[in-house]
Amino acid sequence: MSLLNFFRKRDPSAAIAKERLQIVLAHERAGRHAPDFLPLLQKEVLAVVAKYLDVTDDMIKIHLERVGETSMLEINVELDQARPKPAKIGIKPGIVAKEA
Amino acid sequence: MAKVITITSGKGGVGKTTTSAAFATGLAQRGHKTVVIDFDVGLRNLDLIMGVERRVVFDFINVINGDAHLNQALIRDKRVENLYIFPTSQTRDKEALRKEGVAEVMAELRENFDYILCDSPAGIEHGALTALYHADAAVIVTNPEVSSVRDSDRILGMLASKSRRAERNEAPVEEYLLLTRYSPDRVAKGEMLSIADVQEILSVPLIGVIPESEAVLKASNTGTPVILDLESSAGRAYQDAVARFLGEQREMRFLKTERRSLLRNLFGRA
Repeated sequence: MSLLNFFRKRDPSAAIAKERLQIVLAHERAGRHAPDFLPLLQKEVLAVVAKYLDVTDDMIKIHLERVGETSMLEINVELDQARPKPAKIGIKPGIVAKEA
Repeated sequence: MAKVITITSGKGGVGKTTTSAAFATGLAQRGHKTVVIDFDVGLRNLDLIMGVERRVVFDFINVINGDAHLNQALIRDKRVENLYIFPTSQTRDKEALRKEGVAEVMAELRENFDYILCDSPAGIEHGALTALYHADAAVIVTNPEVSSVRDSDRILGMLASKSRRAERNEAPVEEYLLLTRYSPDRVAKGEMLSIADVQEILSVPLIGVIPESEAVLKASNTGTPVILDLESSAGRAYQDAVARFLGEQREMRFLKTERRSLLRNLFGRA
């Protein structure tokens, strides 16, 4: 430590490191117990819904929750912006998705 | 009864092999018949760290494939009694560690040794998962640095879900945190995560803190486990860690910044 460093303010980077780690690990730990097939399930459900409605990736949320002995699979499809696809897949023009 | 201890970390270069060599040597010094196995197929290095690279004839994969007997592949350490080194193969076939083959070898080792140390490769691929599968205990080697801490957390998750004990619903793998490359000076300056920080994040009992030390490179240069260098802080910190693993109470050492004289502080490092 030289004379210059002696008077310099202490570098708080360790505190930043700790905070960043706590945030990222809280997120990663939450996703850890999800089974491996969930992302694939989400993709396939999206593909099916997309056949009939104009949906994007972020409009479908899938959660698997386990409380004691019961597992609950929750699939949420956001429809308020989804438009029915045009006639080429055979949906009658009169059918419109109800707003969520 | 034999105990399998896996030395793991997720991240590479944090000191798994150095720790494996040190722990195995320390346990053997205390009279326990110990073998240390290199699980890093294709990137064999434990032999170099233990200084037995010229004595490797048969390896782990030869034994798994039935090309050699276990006692032909085990290298007996010439410095410490009760210590054996089990080198791995330099093959590029990553799947060479067949699950049943490894299980058979582990069962045979369990009959002949008190402690079986598994030096895990970095990553979370086949080799690392095989190394942690048989663990009864795990030493998580962590540097006080963000990527190492995060990877350690990931490996802790793997131990809880992918080990044999988890698969069989047995008591969970005992977990121990070993902090390596610790610089009390930098912690004091707020530049490095402290022991308390890392422990708070990982919540795993601390088995030792190895200070950053020049002795570690010197030891690897000469192929001598650093735990044999009792002049060095790292060597003594490893001795303490092994003692704690065996149930001794020892206070953590080498955690304070070295006091420098005022003159030294003012005129720079001598």
